[in-house]
Amino acid sequence: MSTELLEVVDLSASYGAVRALDAVSFTVPERGFRAVLGANGAGKTTLLRTLTGLHRADAGRVLLDGEDITRLPAERVITRGLAHVPEGGGVITELTVEENLRLGALWRSSRRDRATEAEVLDLFPPLVERLGRSAGTLSGGERQMLAIGRALMARPRVLLLDEPSLGLAPLVTKQIFTLLRDLRERTGLTVVLVEQNAAGALAATDSGVVLNQGRVAVEGPSTDLLSDDRTRHAYLGF
Amino acid sequence: MDHFVDLTLSGLASGAVYAALALSLVIIYQATRLVNFAQPAIALIAVYTAATVAPLTGSYWVGFVAALTVGAAAGALVERFVVRPIARVSQLNGIIVTLGLLLVAQGGVGMIWGNEQHGFSYAFDFVGRPSPADVFALVSVAVVAALLFCLYRFTPLGLRMRAAAFRPEAARLSGVKVGLMLTTGWAISALIASLAGMLAGPPFISPNVFDIVFVYGITAAVVGGLDNPFGAIIGGLLVGLGMSYVSGYAGPELATLTALALVVLVLSVRPDGILSRPTARKV
Repeated sequence: MSTELLEVVDLSASYGAVRALDAVSFTVPERGFRAVLGANGAGKTTLLRTLTGLHRADAGRVLLDGEDITRLPAERVITRGLAHVPEGGGVITELTVEENLRLGALWRSSRRDRATEAEVLDLFPPLVERLGRSAGTLSGGERQMLAIGRALMARPRVLLLDEPSLGLAPLVTKQIFTLLRDLRERTGLTVVLVEQNAAGALAATDSGVVLNQGRVAVEGPSTDLLSDDRTRHAYLGF
Repeated sequence: MDHFVDLTLSGLASGAVYAALALSLVIIYQATRLVNFAQPAIALIAVYTAATVAPLTGSYWVGFVAALTVGAAAGALVERFVVRPIARVSQLNGIIVTLGLLLVAQGGVGMIWGNEQHGFSYAFDFVGRPSPADVFALVSVAVVAALLFCLYRFTPLGLRMRAAAFRPEAARLSGVKVGLMLTTGWAISALIASLAGMLAGPPFISPNVFDIVFVYGITAAVVGGLDNPFGAIIGGLLVGLGMSYVSGYAGPELATLTALALVVLVLSVRPDGILSRPTARKV
C-alpha cells in the first residue's frame, strides 16, 4: 500500500487540436503540500480541471487513494474527497455567504452541518459577521476565504487550489498560504496549490512540480527548486 | 367607485394569470437564459388533459391534478430531450426550437381534439364580485408563488437549484447535479404554466386559446425584469390592472395597446425591467 494519496499517471488533455497536457505524471503523498508552477498557458489550470472532471482527459489516469476517478463526472469527484477551488474562487455572488458555505456540505447531507460550519468559521473570522450578506459584497481576500471555506465544508481529503493569490495583496496571500500549512498540520489535509506566484508558493509548500507547455519540466522539493538558479530563470521568472 | 372596484378585482384576477405565466418564464430564464416559447404549448397540453380526464372521472379536481402532473412531466421531458441537446450547440437554437414546439403542440392538439372551440366546465362561478373564479385565480397563484419562494429560499433543493442556475461549474464542484436541477426547474416552471392555463382557459378552449394570454405573460415578465421572480408577479398584476382600467374607462379595443404602452414606458426608464438589478455582463 503506497502512501501516495493522489496519483496522476500520463495524463493528457487538449482543447481541439491544441494539446494542453502531455503525459503529465506526478504524485502527492498523504498530508503532502505540493505546488504546481509554470508560466501562463503551461497547463496548470487545465491540469486541475482535468483532475476534477471539468475537462475530459484524452489519456492517462487519475487515482485517488488507489481508486480510478479519471472518468468520474465533476459532481461525483467531490464525494470521493477531492475538492477544487477554481480560478477566481467560484464563489456564487448571488447567494449569501452562509448559503455558499452550506452548499459545500450539501452533498453529504441535506441537513445543515453546524459543527463543520463552526470549524470553518473559526479559520476565517472575517466571514462570521458577514454570514447573512450577499457574497458579492465581499472583498477579494474574503471571497477567497469563502471559496476555501466552502471547499472545506465538504470535508475533503485533498484540496486543489487554482491561484488563490490572484488579485490579492501580498500580505493576504501570505496569510492564506500559512493557513493552508496550518490546516495540513492540524487536520492532515493534502493540498495541491497551483500558483503563478512561484516564490511565495515554494516558500510555503514541501515540493513542487513545474509545468512547461503541458509537460512536467522539473519537479522536486520546494527548497531545491528555490535554490536551483537554472530552474528559476528558465521557468519561474525570478 | 363601484366600477373602479370591479375593474380592480377583474384586473387583479387576470393579472394573477399573467403573473403565473411570467413567473414560469422567469424560472427558466434564470436557469438557462432562454425565453421558453413552448410554455403555452405546455399549458395547452395541460388543459386538454383536464378537459379529457374531468368528464371521464366526473370530477373537475381529478382533471386539475392530472393537468398539472402531465404539464410538469411535459416540461421535464422537453428540457431533457429537446432543449438540452440543442441549446448546448447554441442558445438561439434553443429558443427557436421552443417556438417550433409550440407550433407542433398546437397542430397536434388540433389533430387529436379538433381545431374548433370546446366548452370546458369550470369548478367556479364567473359571476359575482369578486367572482369565485377570480378569488380562486388570485389565491392559487399567491399560494404557488409563496411555495416557490419557500422552496428556493429555505430548502436544500432550492439552494442547489439556485447554485446551478447562477454558477453551474461552481455548483458541480460542490456536488450539485446541474442537469437534474435544470430538469427540475423546467418541471416546476411547466407546472406553474399549466396552472395558468387552467385559470385562463375556461370556459372555452381551442388550440390557439393561450396565444394572447401568453403575449401578456411575456409582457409581464419583461416589464418586471426577466430574471426576477418578484418582478414577474408585480409585472403580471400591473399588466392585468392596466388593461382592466383602460378597457373599462377608455374602451376594450385599447386594452392590447396598454400592454405595449407599458412595455415601452417601463423599458425606456428601466431597460432591464422594474426589479432587475443592473448587471455587468461580458460582451
